[in-house]
Amino acid sequence: MDWQALRLSIELALATCLLLLPIGLLSGRALAVRAFALKGVVEAALALPLVLPPTVLGYYLLASFGAAAPLGRLWQELVGRPLVFTFDGLVLASLIANLPFAIQPVQRAFEAIDPDLRAAAACSGMGPLAAFLRIELPLAWPGVLTAMVLTFAHTLGEFGVVLMVGGAIPGETRTIAIAIYDRVQAFDDVGAARMSLVLLLFSLAAIAVTFLASRRVGRRLG
Amino acid sequence: MGGLEVELRQDAPIPLAARLACAPGELLALVGPSGSGKTTILRAIAGLYRPRRGRVAVDGALWLDTEAAIDLPTRRRRVGLVFQSYALFPHLSALENLTAAMGHRPRAERAARARELLRLVHLDGLEDRRPAQLSGGQQQRVAVARALAREPAVLLLDEPFSAVDRATRQRLYLEIAELRRLLAMPVVLVTHDLEEAMLLADRLTVLHHGQTLQTGTPQEVTTRPASPQVARLVDIGNLFEGRIAGHDQNRGLALLDWRGLSLEVRGPPPAPIGTRVPWVIPDGFVILHRRDRPSRGEQENPVPGRIEQMLVLGQSARLTLRPDHAPELPLRFSVPLHVARRNGIEPGVAATVSLLAEGIHVMAPDGPVGAAASSLPAPAASTAAA
Repeated sequence: MDWQALRLSIELALATCLLLLPIGLLSGRALAVRAFALKGVVEAALALPLVLPPTVLGYYLLASFGAAAPLGRLWQELVGRPLVFTFDGLVLASLIANLPFAIQPVQRAFEAIDPDLRAAAACSGMGPLAAFLRIELPLAWPGVLTAMVLTFAHTLGEFGVVLMVGGAIPGETRTIAIAIYDRVQAFDDVGAARMSLVLLLFSLAAIAVTFLASRRVGRRLG
Repeated sequence: MGGLEVELRQDAPIPLAARLACAPGELLALVGPSGSGKTTILRAIAGLYRPRRGRVAVDGALWLDTEAAIDLPTRRRRVGLVFQSYALFPHLSALENLTAAMGHRPRAERAARARELLRLVHLDGLEDRRPAQLSGGQQQRVAVARALAREPAVLLLDEPFSAVDRATRQRLYLEIAELRRLLAMPVVLVTHDLEEAMLLADRLTVLHHGQTLQTGTPQEVTTRPASPQVARLVDIGNLFEGRIAGHDQNRGLALLDWRGLSLEVRGPPPAPIGTRVPWVIPDGFVILHRRDRPSRGEQENPVPGRIEQMLVLGQSARLTLRPDHAPELPLRFSVPLHVARRNGIEPGVAATVSLLAEGIHVMAPDGPVGAAASSLPAPAASTAAA
């Protein structure tokens, strides 16, 4: 069992969730309630990581993270570390690969709120922030939770993008999914099986949490 | 002046030409078919819809004045709105739904005031229930109480009775009528149900395609419609055309020629003699003669004809009479069922009715034209040109 890889994966997943939570909330809600030009294009672009082969996404990220690319250079200047083959780069890649998982469930949850409730909140004298915190968020939170659980689980299991951008540097970029692959390559079937089981249990738990949360809310709101 | 004053004007996307006023303590009903812009007007008062041009003033304070670039956001308008769907916050209890609208009060007072309001709408004991645990009628009461919790300067009711069953609705009518006596603010009720409006409102405003056509007491609007269009909207079936034929000064009557039948109308002629005019006779002014004592001409405006149809609605019978002089113009009226039975009324029998002179209402010849008239623009235009 590669505990270092598991820890790295969990750190990566937590960092991704933490950074994507505000992004998912703001963009998911904006897509749900606002009408603006090119909304369809934005939605399509955000869904792209879902359909793109991970190696293709990883390739483009690798290309733009390199020291020759503007983004890679800018990061190097600002932070003093490269993006390629580092944990920083992994987090950034993971953010982009998980955008659809973090935004779409939130968007659906906010879309499901009756627009009259927002109007009723305004008629009750609530400002936009109060209405968001007291009315919208409590109603949309199962969607927000789903988004975070999906992002977490997906990050734990991500293979192609991580391998392309991060390589497999132990303690820096070797995640548990890559460690499993390494174990299989090294004919360590027991190690691979053990780590696979850990990932399987994690995924099952994630799905169970999401289901229970939405069912509880469904019962409560009837 | 106090109360609510509204003026809205735009051509698109929803045409609006609306003007209405509602005094403090008055209940004004906005009546019109679906799509006539009733809800849009209500939302414009609340600031949930922004018209191109308009003015909304409450007790002298401007909430909206497009010319002066004044447009208060909804949360600053002190408006209580009862939504058609109630729009109760589903995750909050009845009590919390009310306290959520009490941001203007000190926190310590809110719960006590909310309990008081729930008691007022007969919901004491149900404070902790969530909306999903309440019946439709109870949800409506929570919605009313929440609108009042805001201490609104204007109370707006958007089809508040449409989502409950008939029995509950009758009960809620009584409760609203009772509650109204305690309210000092203008109340605007939007409804497509004329009976509901007549039951609850002090005055009605009839609306069509975003245009306010007539405002008056329920009695005025339903017996003295301003135009054929209003007559159709308030469901006066007996809308005809006639010609002003003369003036009987001694008896204070005008004479109306209805396809060769002379009718007496109370008052001086409303238009020059010879003018073609639309006229109505509301249901209650058509009197059935006793068939065992045939008219010898002494009754008011007798119209002989043949009964075509009889619809029994509870203890009342709705009759359609084809007049002998113009069978293509059916007269519709109701009589108590026992009257119909005692007179042997059934489809096919001959019968005579009186059109009471005081009930005949002649409208202006060039009043706003209705749907039927506007579908025939060519002849109207050629007449005008001639």
